[in-house]
Amino acid sequence: MTEHNVRNFNINFGPQHPAAHGVLRLVLELDGEIVERVDPHIGLLHRGTEKLIETKTYLQALPYFDRLDYVAPMNQEHAYSLAVEKLLDIQIPIRGQLIRVLYSEIGRILSHLLNVTTQAMDVGALTPPLWGFEEREKLMVFYERACGARMHAAYVRPGGVHQDLPHELVEDIGKWCDEFPSKLDDIDDLLTGNRIFKQRNVDIGVVKLEDAWAWGFSGVMVRGSGAAWDLRRSQPYECYSDLEFDIPIGKNGDCYDRYLIRMIEMREACKIMKQCVNRLLSDAKTGPFSSTDGKVVPPKRGEMKRSMEALIHHFKLYTEGYHVPAGEVYAAVEAPKGEFGVFLVADGTNKPYRCKIRAPGYAHLQAMDFICRGHQLADVSAVLGSLDIVFGEVDR
Amino acid sequence: MMSEALIELSTYIREARPALVDDAVLAYDELTLTTSGESLLPLLTFLRDDVQCGFISFIDICGVDYPARAKRFDVVYHLLSPRQNMRIRVKVATAEDEPVPSAFGIYPGADWFEREAWDMYGILFTGHPDLRRILTDYGFEGHPLRKDFPTTGFVEVRYDDNAKRVVYEPVELRQEFRNFDFLSPWEGTDYVLPGDEKAKA
Repeated sequence: MTEHNVRNFNINFGPQHPAAHGVLRLVLELDGEIVERVDPHIGLLHRGTEKLIETKTYLQALPYFDRLDYVAPMNQEHAYSLAVEKLLDIQIPIRGQLIRVLYSEIGRILSHLLNVTTQAMDVGALTPPLWGFEEREKLMVFYERACGARMHAAYVRPGGVHQDLPHELVEDIGKWCDEFPSKLDDIDDLLTGNRIFKQRNVDIGVVKLEDAWAWGFSGVMVRGSGAAWDLRRSQPYECYSDLEFDIPIGKNGDCYDRYLIRMIEMREACKIMKQCVNRLLSDAKTGPFSSTDGKVVPPKRGEMKRSMEALIHHFKLYTEGYHVPAGEVYAAVEAPKGEFGVFLVADGTNKPYRCKIRAPGYAHLQAMDFICRGHQLADVSAVLGSLDIVFGEVDR
Repeated sequence: MMSEALIELSTYIREARPALVDDAVLAYDELTLTTSGESLLPLLTFLRDDVQCGFISFIDICGVDYPARAKRFDVVYHLLSPRQNMRIRVKVATAEDEPVPSAFGIYPGADWFEREAWDMYGILFTGHPDLRRILTDYGFEGHPLRKDFPTTGFVEVRYDDNAKRVVYEPVELRQEFRNFDFLSPWEGTDYVLPGDEKAKA
């Protein structure tokens, strides 16, 4: 072949491709099988969440957060609730905090199970998703039993949580926590030592730590590169500082390390859940689960039947909503995918003036070009899988 | 505890680079620095490279729109220092036709966040390698997060069976977009309440 016949090849990956994890369109420039440039086109799932939030009251804005990262809905609600609570300066009783932590960790397992198993599917394994989704289904039932919805919970609200948990549910979650590690062992046996899985992931998509910080990475993406950084430990919120758990750190910053961290984090999340369950059944068995400030948290139906004041509060809170003092806050939680932050600008009315959602996946996906350059075409899907992208939060 | 460290940090920054910081405010345990367009990049570089700051982690860039002001936009930068375990916010006010220098050279992660600010608010960034729209549709017009952009938008899309393709049409609302005034006091507003104009006539 003469020189002038050699040319770069452009291909379109997605927007409807199973390995694109949703509606991602990647325009790839290839030199043979080597990726020269990646241009992700996003926004195909853009719903204008931030604009809609500006037209809703603080409570009405909350359900939009379930629809961002829809594999771990409550973690997002949690970040928003923390931001509103910071502006309102209200404290959450311990039972409410434990329930929030319990469900945040359920969300973490939900997300990691989906990610680990679909990443395995991206590189050719079919069994892990079937095993993982069985456990996810059980966790979704716990969601449903707490709030009535399998995914779009609207359960964690500014001031606490919406309803109390029945004791039987807490006991069942405790039982599930005892069984789950053995299920995780099965997936572990299938993947961790697997030759094909390792060939596809080890030394693929290596990110150096300083690059990870500068690109705005967070969560597993920086821990995989060796940073001992987890917001649950370094900037603790709720009662995380009272709980015992370890933070796994990677050494090489490749896809395989990120997979290992997610596997260990699921075990740690299970440990945290067990501690929450024990406390919810002992010292925090009764007591308020949300703030008792009647100006923010609506009264329960039973109270409304008896108290005129509760009835007035209920009416005002569900029509006008509460007014939040003017100010600007940034609140962040360690969501399964990384740092999920909410920058809230309040102007003293009942609606947010501006609500910027800082989604971890957005920062991770923009580095696709940087990470994939020089890799093989087949590695693109492995890297994409290990970035843990969900389009609900990337496109907002 | 947190706020003491932040007070210390803000006095340190103001002493080390007095020309770069216009104002430093501490509210809700968060430090906000205000600066101007020309001193933005030196300030960000200082915050990243100085040993006592170490804001190596880029978190977020976003716009905020205040249509009543002469410089209507705020560009808000959030940074994180993993070593000091502190966060900082840097704000720059800018006008519609006044570009802000791009932070891409300091934090490569600024890339998409600046594209988003351009897309949503029409804030221009000089020195950005590829300032395209990012979240909105191909061929979209306008900047949707501006306060004067209606929530319903201007166009809607549907699949036309005759044309066998997706067509764009002006938005047609079946019902008026409802916006309630929750701020009006019982009496003595300084504006005419809807419906009150009939009482005079």
